[in-house]
Amino acid sequence: MDPIVILAAGVGTGTVLLFAAIGEIFAERAGVINLGVEGMMLIGAVAGFSTVVSTGNPWLGVVVAMLAGGALSLLHAVVTIHFQADQVVSGLSLTLLGTGLARVLGEGLSKAGTTSLLPRGSVPLLADVPVVGPIFFHEQSILVYVGYLLVPAAWYWIHRTRPGLHLRAVGENPSAADSLGVDVYRLRYAYVLVGGLLAGLGGATITLAIQPGWFGDLTTNGRGWIAVGLVIFAQWSPLRAAIGALLFGAIGRSILDIQGPAQLFGYPNPFHDVHSLTFFLEMLPYALVIVVVVIGSREAVRKRLGAPAALGLAYVRGERGR
Amino acid sequence: MSTAPAPRRVAAPRLVSFVLEHRLEPPRWAALTPLFAIAFALLVSALILALVGGDPVRSYVHIFNAAFGSVGVVSDTLVKATPLILAGLACALAFRMGLWNIGAEGQLLLGAWGGSAVVLVPLLPAGTPGIVLIPAMLLAGFACGALWGLIPGYLKARLGVNEIIVTLMLNYIAFAWLEYWVFGPWTEGGFQMTRQFPKEAWFPRLTDFSAAVPAFAGLTVHLGFVIALVAAGVVWFIVRRSRWGYVIRLIGDSPQAARYAGIDIRRNIMLVFLVSGGLAGLAGVSEVGGVVHRLQDHISPGYGFTAIIVAYLARFNPLGVVVTSVLFGALILAGREIQPSGVPAMIQGIILFSLIASDVLLRYRVRVRRGA
Amino acid sequence: MQPSPGPETPLPTDRPPLAVELRGIVKHFPGVLANDMVDFDLRAGEVHALLGENGAGKSTLMNVLAGLYRPDSGEIRVDGRLVDFRSPRDAIAAGLGMVHQHFTLVPSQTVTENILLGLDQPRFRLRLGRFEGEIGALSERFGLRVDPRAKIWQISVGEQQRVEILKMLYRGVRILIMDEPTAVLAPQEVEELFRTLRAMTASGHSIVFISHKLGEVLAIADRITVMQRGRVTAAGIPAGGTSRSELARLMVGRSILETVERTRGRPGEVVLSLQDVEAENDRGLPALRGVSLDVRAGEILGIAGVAGNGQSELAQVITGLRPCRGRIRLAGRETANRSAGHAIDRGIAHVPEDRTGVGSAPNLSVTDNLIMKRYRQPPIAHGWVIDSAEARRVAEHLRDDYQIVAPSVETAVRLLSGGNLQRLILAREIESQPRLMVAVQPTRGLDVGAIEAVHRLLLARRDTGSATVLISEDLDEILGLADRIAVMYEGRLHGPFDAEAVDVHGLGLLMTGGEWQPRAADAAAGAAGSALP
Repeated sequence: MDPIVILAAGVGTGTVLLFAAIGEIFAERAGVINLGVEGMMLIGAVAGFSTVVSTGNPWLGVVVAMLAGGALSLLHAVVTIHFQADQVVSGLSLTLLGTGLARVLGEGLSKAGTTSLLPRGSVPLLADVPVVGPIFFHEQSILVYVGYLLVPAAWYWIHRTRPGLHLRAVGENPSAADSLGVDVYRLRYAYVLVGGLLAGLGGATITLAIQPGWFGDLTTNGRGWIAVGLVIFAQWSPLRAAIGALLFGAIGRSILDIQGPAQLFGYPNPFHDVHSLTFFLEMLPYALVIVVVVIGSREAVRKRLGAPAALGLAYVRGERGR
Repeated sequence: MSTAPAPRRVAAPRLVSFVLEHRLEPPRWAALTPLFAIAFALLVSALILALVGGDPVRSYVHIFNAAFGSVGVVSDTLVKATPLILAGLACALAFRMGLWNIGAEGQLLLGAWGGSAVVLVPLLPAGTPGIVLIPAMLLAGFACGALWGLIPGYLKARLGVNEIIVTLMLNYIAFAWLEYWVFGPWTEGGFQMTRQFPKEAWFPRLTDFSAAVPAFAGLTVHLGFVIALVAAGVVWFIVRRSRWGYVIRLIGDSPQAARYAGIDIRRNIMLVFLVSGGLAGLAGVSEVGGVVHRLQDHISPGYGFTAIIVAYLARFNPLGVVVTSVLFGALILAGREIQPSGVPAMIQGIILFSLIASDVLLRYRVRVRRGA
Repeated sequence: MQPSPGPETPLPTDRPPLAVELRGIVKHFPGVLANDMVDFDLRAGEVHALLGENGAGKSTLMNVLAGLYRPDSGEIRVDGRLVDFRSPRDAIAAGLGMVHQHFTLVPSQTVTENILLGLDQPRFRLRLGRFEGEIGALSERFGLRVDPRAKIWQISVGEQQRVEILKMLYRGVRILIMDEPTAVLAPQEVEELFRTLRAMTASGHSIVFISHKLGEVLAIADRITVMQRGRVTAAGIPAGGTSRSELARLMVGRSILETVERTRGRPGEVVLSLQDVEAENDRGLPALRGVSLDVRAGEILGIAGVAGNGQSELAQVITGLRPCRGRIRLAGRETANRSAGHAIDRGIAHVPEDRTGVGSAPNLSVTDNLIMKRYRQPPIAHGWVIDSAEARRVAEHLRDDYQIVAPSVETAVRLLSGGNLQRLILAREIESQPRLMVAVQPTRGLDVGAIEAVHRLLLARRDTGSATVLISEDLDEILGLADRIAVMYEGRLHGPFDAEAVDVHGLGLLMTGGEWQPRAADAAAGAAGSALP
């Protein structure tokens, strides 16, 4: 139950959540809710893994994984943006589709890991910084470092650039944006696609870096959904999403570790003695998501930092007849 | 005179533009869209299967035989359809009112747990005759599912919390809850199942009457199926004939009009979630009482999620749910045997997706226009 | 003094070209001719007011000018050049922009971000400092005080309006159209706005000021054009050369087409009583400022006024759809702040403004919609069950009685025409034999035949001794039906006056913020509500 070890592992598993969550943040900031994340993640996971198994090239695996997730998200985009179908149902059906498709494609894949994973490593000077070093910069997968770069980049893009301004406007008040020349449809397509690409990347992170191997649905085990809940916790900010991802990653690891030792903080460890009690630990992340979503839903909170106002609503260009 | 909204321009970067015009009335072939969706899904799945190296024709024939090839397998199909009907009713009821109950899976598990508790705790003394025990199990299952459904219902009604995430998370929590009991207090030798229920707790099956009717030998259709049919009838009656059903339909169509008509929307949200959860709970009891006769961690291969499609495909019509449940029951049954195993789930996803796409197309007529 | 240029008067050749010239504008919408051969011109550097009631066509005309609509025919010239705008962006590119009544701002973003939205600057990085400075300077120049760094949700509505104006000015708009700008402003803010407008015209901008408020129009405009029912009744008359009463006459004056034959109502006891009712609208602004009112059995009380002065909120507090302060009593018992269901149970019927969104469920059948208020009682309900055969019978009966045209009673209501939908709603509300009916804009968008039918129904109801509150923008309707008439303006109620004691002119003045009193004797009769001849 070494906190450093837990947090370091948490960073790894958290990165999976991070990619999916940031992808979803982009999509939702543009006003489109994408509930297909779990399916896109799974499809990315299987696509990436099978690519590596066939070609031995993990980088190619990453690319294919992202494309797979992106392709699925394009379906979502067309149906919800162009045809204004209900975003919720579309997302759900894509999760089912993605899950089923992933099972089909993953048939026969060796459950054991492959040896050609993405490189891991430590960052030279930073790894020696006390406390922070061993957690964040020591023997992490390269995708984790990519994640570190993604967070500030995403934040910067959203809050400090002109395209980010347009993104936010499209999600808050699409008709205002439209009336000033911003192409609402095109932007929404683009950001939903980004969401899909990142979800696919999240899936690849599992099978090619953190938990190599293909285990069917258990590969993601609901992490796509946790990512969606995380977005609400993050109040649509990449920085908070990072914190949340780390938190959930660490909790995931703690759940594993807490079962090990015979003694816990000096007392006999109930989880060691009674194995079945660990299932209550497993509930923790999901219960936490509920708590977090409830908090995020209070109206007062919504006023200050809230959901993009036009989230979930299809944009119809003008009631004005021409 | 009706005023049609002006045609809307859809992004037109080239010289040809597609104009989506609102239809005033649904086209005559509207009722057939579920069939189109299924046909389309089968086609696409066949394609994918072929690409992956499987043999679609053989697979489909196999599926059909596995589900409908003989009386025995038809019975098995109905057994698989039973929880789908109940969970499908749960979803149909909630969706009718615009409530996204994605938690049917969790409510099902809680129902299974509740029904099992009656037997395993035991809440009723050993030796209690089936005539008392089984209704008690059903009641407990309904109650547990209902309570599990009340959580998101309450959160939505009182705090405006989005029910999608809450119901989803509750699915995972319910699964963990089940695992605790199955690996813990009720475990049979540390395996992921409890001891078998006493005979009194077994739902009667057709095969139990094979002494009187030899043709019933080996048929595992059980009481749950009857309960499912009855439930379908009751839900149909509620929705079509009762005051409450009227309220549900009204809120589902226009919450503003419902409010104007003096209806208390919050109360109805909680009520619908309660009943919806209870129905899903019944599905769970039905599985443990009628099929496996014990509580185990994998009682459900995703019935709660398939139920969503079952409900959607049936256009939320309770009687239609029975039909679509049989169809999907067949898919699940056959899916166990066919390689690759993900095919049924994939088909389900495609069906749902094509349904939504076709739903949209129903509302519009697409006209191709030359020039900008 | 030069005569103002009208359609036939040729322009003197030594004048600078007009900023805007509209000639022969025609615009149709389904069922209505919004602009009927309208001419309009705007001189450089002037404030030109466009006056008229709702539905007069002034907003439509300006939407045509601003590029939101394409006219069916007619010409538009800007600075002498013929133009054809395909979108508001084209108009802005030509230097012409519109500030709408409903702002298009992004609440969570800052003033500067909102102003910069859609522009090519800044290129990539959002370094706002420079732009904040520019915007600050612009706002100083025209007296549009606003903090460039504030977020929209933090600033007042008046300041938000300034942001909308700055949005236009920043894009180099020289011709600004303002649609009812003072509707959301407090009096001091109105003063500031006027100062801003004068500063703008002094630097060469031209402004079109759409309004229905006479006092303000006279205060700010150089010239005034009045529209009524899609046509121009007075083109570009100098503000100094006219008066409030003349403008009111030009706006609302019309011969009453037919005096609907009716008997005078015989009002009985007080059914509904409001005392000092106050309420806010959805945006939190005050909508009702101390309204007191009595409505009697056997009378129709008409409430006139331009939309947006609190009428919707008044209907909502009476029917239990909006909370309020003050007292509302129905037949002596308190009904304020109870639910809509409570109001319905106590016998208050409501024909709402929004037929399709609130008054009906579009995808449910005619039958389902007709039983909306009585599905809980026999004969339609027996305990928990709805007797669908009985419901059908009732529906068919109502359909015949009220001549609702529909293929069958199972048809979805969204397929009905507006007139038939309104007949359905009225049928439903009247059949419940309410003590009090609140009808809001009951004939909006209906054809003549349907309007007549509605009027006959309302009068018939009155003659059976029930009370009706009729809220309408259509003065003809009010004058034709009401026994007593009140006017709502900015949340306050003027009147009620006896119908015999008012005239169109007086009502017009009250509707636009002016002062008017009926002759003393009739006023007393109106207030007391007795109408014994």
